[in-house]
Amino acid sequence: MKFKEILVRYGELSTKGRNKKDFINRLRDNVRYSFNDIMPLKIRAERDRMFIEIENDEKSKVLMERLPHVFGIQSFSPVASCGKDLDEMKELAIEILEDYRDAGDITFKVEVHRTDKTFPLNTHELQREMGATILPQFSNFTVQVKKPDVALRIEVRDDAIYMMAQVIQGAGGMPVGSNGKSLLMLSGGIDSPVAGYLMMKRGVRLDAIHFFSPPYTSDNALQKVKELANGLTKFGANVRLHVIPFTELQVAVKDNVPDNMSMTSTRRMMMMVADKVREEVGALGIVTGESLGQVASQTLESLTAINDVTSTPILRPLISADKLDIIKIAMEIGTYETSIQPFEDCCTVFTPASPKTKPRLDKVQHFESFTQFDELIERAVKNRETYIFPQKEVKEDKFADLL
Amino acid sequence: MIYLDNSATTRPYKEVLTTFMQVNELYYANPASIHIAGVEANTLLVKAREQIAQLLKTEANHVLFTAGGTESNNFAFYGVAKKGNFRGKHIITTEIEHPSILEAAKRLESEGYEIDYLKPDKNGVISLDELQEKLRKETILVSIMHVNNEMGAIQPIAEAATIIHENSRAMFHVDAIQSFGKLPIAFNDEAGPDILSLSGHKIHALKGSGVIAFRKKPMLEPLLVGGGQEFGLRSGTVAVPQAVAFAKAARLAIEALPVQLEKYKKWSANLHAYFAQFGTDVFVLSPKNGAAHILSFSVRGLKGEILINALQKRNIIISTSSACSSKQTKTSHVVEALNVDSQFKNGVLRLSFGAFTTDEEIQAFKEAFTAIMKELKGANER
Repeated sequence: MKFKEILVRYGELSTKGRNKKDFINRLRDNVRYSFNDIMPLKIRAERDRMFIEIENDEKSKVLMERLPHVFGIQSFSPVASCGKDLDEMKELAIEILEDYRDAGDITFKVEVHRTDKTFPLNTHELQREMGATILPQFSNFTVQVKKPDVALRIEVRDDAIYMMAQVIQGAGGMPVGSNGKSLLMLSGGIDSPVAGYLMMKRGVRLDAIHFFSPPYTSDNALQKVKELANGLTKFGANVRLHVIPFTELQVAVKDNVPDNMSMTSTRRMMMMVADKVREEVGALGIVTGESLGQVASQTLESLTAINDVTSTPILRPLISADKLDIIKIAMEIGTYETSIQPFEDCCTVFTPASPKTKPRLDKVQHFESFTQFDELIERAVKNRETYIFPQKEVKEDKFADLL
Repeated sequence: MIYLDNSATTRPYKEVLTTFMQVNELYYANPASIHIAGVEANTLLVKAREQIAQLLKTEANHVLFTAGGTESNNFAFYGVAKKGNFRGKHIITTEIEHPSILEAAKRLESEGYEIDYLKPDKNGVISLDELQEKLRKETILVSIMHVNNEMGAIQPIAEAATIIHENSRAMFHVDAIQSFGKLPIAFNDEAGPDILSLSGHKIHALKGSGVIAFRKKPMLEPLLVGGGQEFGLRSGTVAVPQAVAFAKAARLAIEALPVQLEKYKKWSANLHAYFAQFGTDVFVLSPKNGAAHILSFSVRGLKGEILINALQKRNIIISTSSACSSKQTKTSHVVEALNVDSQFKNGVLRLSFGAFTTDEEIQAFKEAFTAIMKELKGANER
């Protein structure tokens, strides 16, 4: 069987009234972007669905593999085609439906769309003819016109017959970029990439920020974060990663704020740095992977103290999620394996033995007031390094001769 | 020197040796170390692993590096047997496996496992019906070599895989040490084996390096325990230079396969025709539809050693049917299993070709062999 094109059904955006056109264009651009490596790709976007032409098996394989990850797609179907000949059509229909032969009892219908009005059989005749051929071949099929399990859709177009039955679930959500941009605080743990993923699913484009404290944290930890940022790009958008040299600030906090409050204070510094970067890159919100009560810094008291430094919306998509659920998503999106690599990150190295779980904002403010942190924050923001993902691996060339 | 013993071992490719040297000079750090040098060595190791996985059409974390073919074979046997013994203790293999399989089987037998040995026909090929009959609910492992190292018989791996996967839950291990890079092998679908053993020095890489590859996530008990390298399945500091050399040799072998295969076929057909001239004096063990890079034959009533020495004087290296057993005086188990006529069975010799073999060398072998046959005949008649 030869697939000719893929029919893509839009996700939630079908309901979005006047913005629809923008959404569709955004989705088309994102699809183009996701399949950059197999360009050129012929994409035809219509009001309710999009068609991607399949030129060869190789492209088909890549499309089928990656389309389920692109946000804004509710489902998609590979479409086969044949000549405008009844026998050929019957043969193809049976071949397509072969997948459902062993699937137990199935309700079924034939849908015919006939744009080529010169085709000898009209819609009803064609439906009847095809149904009469197919049903005796599949003992587990019964006809049901309303909400059948399987609908064989036959389109009689000018150039050929197009047929499909299989419906593959898409990732849902909205096309990345259709809901603006936010800055993700990416630590290297399990939670933050999941938070990023969930926001992308709601159509948010991401920049990521990471706090790097050499020599307390190693290049491995940074490498891990880069891999995570790169991993997020497979959902249909590039991700910029800002790496903040954080050692100076972190040491300053440690030296000037009492141990049991240093963690809260460090978080506040991070938030201030992040807010500055957010402003520079034109993002509207800050996304974190915080989950209520998970660790000392994620109690409501701590969050209050941390939030105090900015009025920017701080989006915490995981705030009510259980750790196990977060892990499940991390595994699904393929970031878990990277996240659990055992490298120290800046949060774990400086963690005091017993951080306050209920820090008082006024006390934190008081202890911070003796040091000029602003200057250190400015410097950290200014000296950041920025990487853009997806990134072509540089190491490849270095080792190419050896392999 | 004309070297026609490539199934015993091969001369490493120049490029592979260069790689080996360079990796030893530049990336000698322990790939498990967290410092930059270790990370680099590890990155290179990951690349090598990925390359092999790609060639085998499996995933990178399904490829483990070992110290050679024997370890890979032993590992498949013990690893699967120990992990799967709660399901059963029945194993199926063949009579003509490499000793690294047969000895492992013997040892498991002494530990209470039950082993069935499939009998090959006179062409060295097992019967699929017999395989199907022997499969049971408690069968945990079936191990069949792809190409026999002593006489080149090719086993119907794809068909066997289908039978095994349809009729049992047994793992299917294939010793592809003699076939990798010489014959294509399907490894990525249901009609393929679950576990594959490969050896570096048979494909112009280095001795002491092997691979065991899995179609799905490896589920077996480690043979070597310690630091938990290789996903916890094979402890011991990974020999990165050997692994990289292996990856390179594997790539070169697969790239050259179509061209090489044609050459092997040509030489094999040519030699089959050539030996036929000697009528009943020369018996060719290797079936015509066997692996083209291995050709075993025997001269009536002549001990193998005599011919090896005579050819050696003319600078041509060939061997008795297997290098492993060539120093032992008893007849090889493969030759026994094939019921070779007693006039021939003590003199089975093996020619095996490799990437460096040339047309001229085959020609030179034929000329030398003709001359030697004349001499020996003369001696006999006198």
